[in-house]
Amino acid sequence: MSGDRVGIIGIGQSAFRARRDDANYPELVREAVVMAMADAKMDFDAIEAVVYSLSPDAMVGIGNAERLGVDAVGGRMKPFLRINTGGSTGISATAAAYYHVASGAFDVVLTAGADKVGECGDSQSVLNKIWDPSYERPLPLGTINMLAMSGVRYMQQFGMTEVDMARVTVKNRRHASLNHNAHLRKPVTIDEVLESRIISWPIKLLDCCPQSTGGAALVLASEKYIRDNHLDAVWITGVAHCAETYWMGDRMGNNPTAEHSGAHALGRSFERSYKMAGIKDPMKQVHIAELYAPFSNTEYHAIDAARLCSRPGESIQRLRDGEYELGGRIPVNPSGGTLCTNAIAVTAMARVAETALQVWGRAGAHQVEGARVGIASGNGGDHQIFGTMVIEA
Amino acid sequence: MELLGRQEVWSITYDHALGETASSFYTRIRDEAAIYGRRSAGSGKVMVPPRSFSDETLLPTEEWVKVGPGGKIEAFTMVYEAFKNLPPPPYAFGYVLLDGADTALGGYFKGVDLTDPAAAAEKLKIGTRVTTKFAEERKGEMLDFWFELA
Repeated sequence: MSGDRVGIIGIGQSAFRARRDDANYPELVREAVVMAMADAKMDFDAIEAVVYSLSPDAMVGIGNAERLGVDAVGGRMKPFLRINTGGSTGISATAAAYYHVASGAFDVVLTAGADKVGECGDSQSVLNKIWDPSYERPLPLGTINMLAMSGVRYMQQFGMTEVDMARVTVKNRRHASLNHNAHLRKPVTIDEVLESRIISWPIKLLDCCPQSTGGAALVLASEKYIRDNHLDAVWITGVAHCAETYWMGDRMGNNPTAEHSGAHALGRSFERSYKMAGIKDPMKQVHIAELYAPFSNTEYHAIDAARLCSRPGESIQRLRDGEYELGGRIPVNPSGGTLCTNAIAVTAMARVAETALQVWGRAGAHQVEGARVGIASGNGGDHQIFGTMVIEA
Repeated sequence: MELLGRQEVWSITYDHALGETASSFYTRIRDEAAIYGRRSAGSGKVMVPPRSFSDETLLPTEEWVKVGPGGKIEAFTMVYEAFKNLPPPPYAFGYVLLDGADTALGGYFKGVDLTDPAAAAEKLKIGTRVTTKFAEERKGEMLDFWFELA
């Protein structure tokens, strides 16, 4: 490999919970930053620039809360910018930090943020406001309803059942029970999922992610800096994004570019990041995946988009066969994933962080044995703006 | 130690301009009880709801096309959970491809018994024919129309 790669040298994540009454918003950001700096064995002086990870302001209830974040990340007198792509914000901020380093402009860049979704009692009414005021706002749209409709189409096209959806929750909760940072850690059974109350059919309460509170931070550095300072690192070898139309109704009907049952633009983003990393056969070359999936049904189209199965919809059978479990062929969301922890501003950063820990061999009780190549993704907007990464030891 | 909190409420009023295309869409609904889309230059796709430009061709749309009132269900969900500032449950809504349109339009499904979710899901399954119903008194807004099983 040439000497111009970008590495991850420090990782910090909160133990995510519904609420953190012991910490206000900037204190929560600082908590993750201090952990990442300690992990990198570095002082704040070494950080040359900061990319701040913050999704819609209304979720934390502070307008442009990155202003409060400047102090928390040690950003005084440093280049500082905020990234927001909704649910994919955390991977987008990491990508921006990556580009800061890959461009040669900086050697060491911090990306960090936090969310307090648990303090917002109205997250679906906040998320209703992401729809356009001209046409769709008067409808009771929210992210649950939007992805319930994706699930209905996926059921029709590929035969996914409510039991198949429940299997995703059961798998991810089992994984989360091994991850002390996960928010929902109690294992559940298929029957418990099926018997939980219907939120937006076919999505039931236990098919849904929680509203989580916590922070995350990553320190990225140039390969030269890492070598010169004899640091340990894992490497971001593929990075990409792809966006799709805002209009959900354009992802159905006659000959749509993207299909709402799937995650077309996520697939394109994975193609780009695989190409960059030189991955030709993901089913053989990828050892672990942390795929953004806030509702159980959406993990299937994420697996399809990442080509961790031979064709769209085959993920259903492979998940039934246990291929995506810890101990299975390609564990998906060994941390428990977004389904068990969703602090929106940093959820997709947690996907990157968890993938990095896995290929580093530092994931603890949910470590995937022998993982050397991992992938991470984030979905934002109204299932619309996707980011992906390949991370290697 | 005793940890304290503080409650805050955001309540902000906006007067959004809808623009020429959406204004025309709503005045036609109000005055004609009909749904119109815009035909896209280049692709010929009829976009409903109407947009002034196509995200595929990146050209302005060219003409108004009357669509519906019949159509088929493309997506649906039935909501059984109450969310703050959203309607009281249960309700069903989703997207319909109106006859003559190429993209699907959102709206409520009315007249379907939602007591048994599995039975309701079967009634609303993708591909089911529906028709557009209009309110007697129309204000020129999305809630002036809804869909019922044909």
